[in-house]
Amino acid sequence: MANPAPKSISYANTDLFDRRPLFFDGSLKRNQLNLLLTGIAALFASIAVLPLVLVLGHVLVKGGSLFSWALLTELPPAPGLSGGGIGNAIFGTIVVTLIATLIAVPIGVGGGVFLCEYSRNGWFAQFVRFGNDVLAGVPSIIAGIFIYGLVVATKVFFDQSYSALAGGIALSVLMLPTVIKTTDEGLRLVPQELRWGSYGVGASKFVTVMRITLPAAFTPISTGIVLAVARAAGETAPLIFTALFSPYWPDGLFSPIASMSVLIYNFAIMPYEYQNALAWAASFVLVVMILGANLLSRWITRMAKT
Amino acid sequence: MPTDPSLASPADVFTLRRRPPSEKLLDTGFRQLTLALASAVAFVLIGIFLTVFVEAREAIAQFGSTFLTTSDWDPGNDTFGAWVAIYGTLVSSLLALVIAVPLGVGTAIFITEDIIPVQVRETIGLMVELLAALPSVVLGLWAIFVLEPAIRPVLNLLHHLLGWTPFFSTVPQGPGMAPAILILVVMVMPIITSISRDALNQVPVELRQGAYGVGTTRWGAIFSVILPAAVSAIVGGVMLSLGRAMGETMAVTMIIGNSLNFSLSLLAPGNTIASLLANQFGEADGIQISALMYAALILMILTFVVNVAAQWIVKRLSLRY
Repeated sequence: MANPAPKSISYANTDLFDRRPLFFDGSLKRNQLNLLLTGIAALFASIAVLPLVLVLGHVLVKGGSLFSWALLTELPPAPGLSGGGIGNAIFGTIVVTLIATLIAVPIGVGGGVFLCEYSRNGWFAQFVRFGNDVLAGVPSIIAGIFIYGLVVATKVFFDQSYSALAGGIALSVLMLPTVIKTTDEGLRLVPQELRWGSYGVGASKFVTVMRITLPAAFTPISTGIVLAVARAAGETAPLIFTALFSPYWPDGLFSPIASMSVLIYNFAIMPYEYQNALAWAASFVLVVMILGANLLSRWITRMAKT
Repeated sequence: MPTDPSLASPADVFTLRRRPPSEKLLDTGFRQLTLALASAVAFVLIGIFLTVFVEAREAIAQFGSTFLTTSDWDPGNDTFGAWVAIYGTLVSSLLALVIAVPLGVGTAIFITEDIIPVQVRETIGLMVELLAALPSVVLGLWAIFVLEPAIRPVLNLLHHLLGWTPFFSTVPQGPGMAPAILILVVMVMPIITSISRDALNQVPVELRQGAYGVGTTRWGAIFSVILPAAVSAIVGGVMLSLGRAMGETMAVTMIIGNSLNFSLSLLAPGNTIASLLANQFGEADGIQISALMYAALILMILTFVVNVAAQWIVKRLSLRY
């Protein structure tokens, strides 16, 4: 008689809880609804992935089939003719993007340093951050029009209107907000103790920024710069009224220059098959470069973590 | 008190070195330099507004507010009205959002809510981010040669079935508003997805645990706890992508048809402010440049309002939890 069963308690009367076994019951309405919604989300996710697969597939097949040494080194043919390549456009994209990088990176990193290290969140810093977000939202075509009005129409550079330099400046307007933002946010991730330690051993603010905080924030800043460069390399709208286009090899920084993105635009709307094919080939080269840069930025982040 | 005999007096250990003037100069000079570089943003922004406004003044004086409502764009007679482009900008970007928001938010939920293994989730996330990195001119090329021919039968069917409504009343013939909207969906959806994904990831884990703890289902938790907690950031992201869609130039220009005639039909060619600029700015002169600048000013104001609204929503309407 060690364990007398408590006969007097009846579960039916006293139990406050639903004691049905906790097994998944697929016939419940809410579980069916759940399954349905999960299915819809899965469908949406597969639709979201579809464009990348399709676009990449077409670019690789249509553009890759034309890939050759001549494509990378020769000049584009006259409209209607075939043969030749996109060498000047590849070179031009590199030149214009390089100009934009040389302008936007010093300004952007410097501005980011001010925002994070010097500004103490005053009204001016708030204004610059706000303005930076607004600038990031300015349509790229407006940046092109701005530089057209500022540089091309006024012919400030040696009386030259359309020029590679104007194109580079227009692209730098688009790069600047990204570089400032990533620098500002990257520097904020640097632990405050590092700065204190640096001041503690007697370093000045300048030395602290240059030798301690900027190197410590190298990974996020360089990732942001690589992404900004990749985005600028693919931009077309700011270039069509600034760098224009040229079917020849570049003739200095103060004359019009070809670029892959403008070449794609011009050749895509031409009624000639070979020009259309060249547009696909230029897309192939451009997409490989841009996706390569994106994967590079991921690799930088991953290397920094390990 | 025991003293270390090797330390005779503090003065022998610590020497106070005054900073040389050159070092101080470098320090303040560097501060001023970064201040000047930071102000560059303000100068560029104000410069953009001023340049566009000054160049647009002539057209503003001549056409006034009728510019916004008339649809007669005729460089030959120097009469300009931007209604076709304004209407096209608003309709294409809003309809693109109507499609892209469910797709983007749905995808974001699918890759944040532990439905599928982490590797698959990360792959989908990576692919969406790479889609956002594709240049718009490449998407435009793809839209011309692949997307538009592929969807033409569907558009024909729409015209066949719904041709009695004004929105599908024309026969689809190549470029038009509908393919432009679809390519805008492709461009805007990755932005919505990645912003929504970040917002959903930032919802505190306690909220999820609490929701599941009281016995709700996955989608019960998503709809009544997780989405409301993240809604301000998601709406902010949607507004940001609306700004992008309104200002998107190349892909839209290549596929929208650049028609100067007003049509309610989504199957007919249309125009947007950005594509009007891309098309005409190169060959414009005289008052036409000014009219184009006026249109650019309208586009700037539209995107400015949308972007500021996006920032305001993110800052002010975020839930405090």
